[in-house]
Amino acid sequence: MHRTGELYGHFETLEQQKETATLGMWVFLVTEVLFFGGLFMTYTINRHAFSTAFGVGSNTLDLTLGGGNTVVLILSSLTMAMAVWSAQVGKVGWFGIFGKVRWVSIFLIATLVLGTVFLGVKVVEYKQKFDHHLVPGRGFDIRYRSEHPTASDNPKEIAAEKEELEKAFAKDPDINAHAQLYFSLYFGMTGLHALHMIVGAGLLLWLIKGSFAGRFTPQYNTPVEVVGLYWHFVDIVWIYLFPLLYLIDRHQ
Amino acid sequence: MSTTPPLPGHQMPHEDYLNATYGIRSWLLTTDHKRIALLYLGSVTVFFFIGGLLATMIRIHLLTPTGYLVTPETYNKLFTMHGVAMIFFFLIPSIPAVLGNFLIPLMIGAKDLAFPKINLLSWYIYLVGGSFVLYSFATGGLDTGWTFYTPLSSIYSNSAVTPAVIGIFINGFSSILTGLNFIVTIHTMRAPGMTWFRLPLFVWAHYATSLVMILGTPVIAITLLLAGLERMFHLGFFNPALGGDPILFQHLFWFYSHPAVYIMILPAMGVISEIIPTFARKPIFGYSFIAGSSIAIAVIGFLVWAHHMFVTGESVYAALTFSFLSYLVAIPSAVKVFNWTSTLYKGSISWDTPMIYAFGFIGLFLIGGLTGLFLACLGLDIHIHDTYFVVAHFHYIMVGGAVMGYVGGLHFWWPKITGRLYPEALARIAAVTLFVGFNLTFFPQFILGYLGMPRRYHTYPPEFQVLNVLSTAGASILALGYLLPMLYLTWSMRYGKVAGQNPWPATGLEWKTDSPPPTENFDVTPEVTWEPYDFQNRPDLGLTAGAPSLAPAHGDD
Repeated sequence: MHRTGELYGHFETLEQQKETATLGMWVFLVTEVLFFGGLFMTYTINRHAFSTAFGVGSNTLDLTLGGGNTVVLILSSLTMAMAVWSAQVGKVGWFGIFGKVRWVSIFLIATLVLGTVFLGVKVVEYKQKFDHHLVPGRGFDIRYRSEHPTASDNPKEIAAEKEELEKAFAKDPDINAHAQLYFSLYFGMTGLHALHMIVGAGLLLWLIKGSFAGRFTPQYNTPVEVVGLYWHFVDIVWIYLFPLLYLIDRHQ
Repeated sequence: MSTTPPLPGHQMPHEDYLNATYGIRSWLLTTDHKRIALLYLGSVTVFFFIGGLLATMIRIHLLTPTGYLVTPETYNKLFTMHGVAMIFFFLIPSIPAVLGNFLIPLMIGAKDLAFPKINLLSWYIYLVGGSFVLYSFATGGLDTGWTFYTPLSSIYSNSAVTPAVIGIFINGFSSILTGLNFIVTIHTMRAPGMTWFRLPLFVWAHYATSLVMILGTPVIAITLLLAGLERMFHLGFFNPALGGDPILFQHLFWFYSHPAVYIMILPAMGVISEIIPTFARKPIFGYSFIAGSSIAIAVIGFLVWAHHMFVTGESVYAALTFSFLSYLVAIPSAVKVFNWTSTLYKGSISWDTPMIYAFGFIGLFLIGGLTGLFLACLGLDIHIHDTYFVVAHFHYIMVGGAVMGYVGGLHFWWPKITGRLYPEALARIAAVTLFVGFNLTFFPQFILGYLGMPRRYHTYPPEFQVLNVLSTAGASILALGYLLPMLYLTWSMRYGKVAGQNPWPATGLEWKTDSPPPTENFDVTPEVTWEPYDFQNRPDLGLTAGAPSLAPAHGDD
């Protein structure tokens, strides 16, 4: 397909091309909603069936890391929105030794940094789950044991957790199996979300390269806008995941 | 049969999409929707062959009551692999990815689909997914049934489930991207004057199909992903031993896999809606109702999935609701059949090959659809559930409906795709052979099922042998009916008579460009000033209004 400037040959105008790209991304996001939908359905059914086990599962998650990550991600949505805006108005600024730089590049880099921070924190959280024997499989053990390091060092909180676990065991003797379901879903949902973040980071790298090459102007900035849509969608998925996995039934 | 006026001599166009560039790279890296359609044509034919071969082995095995050819375990693998190859890798991509890909831009007056590179990507995704599945077939096969019910698929099966699940998961994205591409193309790439209600009904059908593709396919993708993860890492989503819910798998599976039936049949209905007015020389009856019924089928199709689970365990009220909603699908389907029949009324009908396929489609779809109502009926379904009645029903829809539409459509647009006509007499013989072979294969199965022969069994009581032998005999005629078109269509690519722009003649925009079309489809972007299927006001078609004999010319008869 030949192309003239930024206009691909099978389009008549740049507006048509932009409308097409944007609609394409929206349709893609609709399929993404359905894709995550299957997981949310599985989550809902199991949460309803095993609310005790799921509550205990929530307790083991680190609220500080999860909450902090939520803030990081919302901030990244802000910087992404700023990137789209500065691409549209073509804002340029002076950055000391770097000289004249387009604001869109700055905001894209900020988004990428925040996204990477999020993924880094996720790695820390995953490692905790491995340390705490909370990965579904043979070594899984939801029971509190003194040799397992816990999320919190506060003895009061540890004691409360221990007591809560005993109650939960009384309610649901199969809790060790059911809590594995919770963690299967935890890893499935957050893992799929993280995969989307990694794809998003790749797209951001591509945009940053394009923006330093001066590709994005007030006349042509469709890629920034379309990737922006994707990025916001991935953030919104997290906005649902966070309360579902971290907050519901926490420390009844 | 009407008399044939002589065809004025036609020349192949000087440059077209087939000879614009040469070499293997120009095909494997093409972004031209027409070439990608041909790539798909080749690859779905390969899977059709594989699926057909497996079906042949099933039918040979069932010649005798005790089973004749293979062990019970192998028999399980045969019908599973037949289903997987045919459904995921032939039927679902067949009409959309081949004919839809080729025709939608031509029909709406666009130079290409909205995202040509994504179109090529979706073919490669299909190949990667297909390779995984073939790997599974070759290294242990697959014995779960095409439905992959858990916990059989996730725990107990000793066959190569994991690569098959990965393959179907990957292939899903091919389907999603095709659907996405069609929806966006139909929204933003229409030529000036091509309003929504001037779109050919083929395009409407593909719009509805694409809706199902983008809304249903992601759900099967995540479901099979979960089942695959469960098998690989011993998780418990659908495993009752760990607290999971196997019925949840069935709900999620059928949430896609019932609408998937409409992915197969809706495009075929689109093909029939193009063929019928062309060979009846009449505007289609009830255009907006046919267009609307496509959308209605796509929408209602999402609300009926649990009728596959009447005996698996759901509440009586759920079953009642799903039974009622399943009956509801019959309404838009009947709207189509009645409108096609009304189009034929007082039409100037010619018996060209595509028309024979269209007639075949209407008859077989009618039987398939009506027996679907038997199955939607709660009381009756308990009796015929999981019998050959079900097998016969869905083969009437998928083979009698979707494949008839596909082969009919291939004939109808073959002159546009290749620039050449197929041998008409031979093609008519093949169409009739297909029809006879199909009915002989599958009609006995209705009786078998009603008498109680369960599906997926490798043996049967001796009193069922006559009907089974009839079915196998029919299958061999059916095979001949498929081989014939493959042979003469291939032959005609080189030796067929040159077709010219519009050999039938038909009213669509695709017939206003060269056959085969140039790479850019139209030399000048066309402007549409006419209503669809309006033969009376189209002097450019070379038809005299109201003339009795309007049959097109052909080379060989």
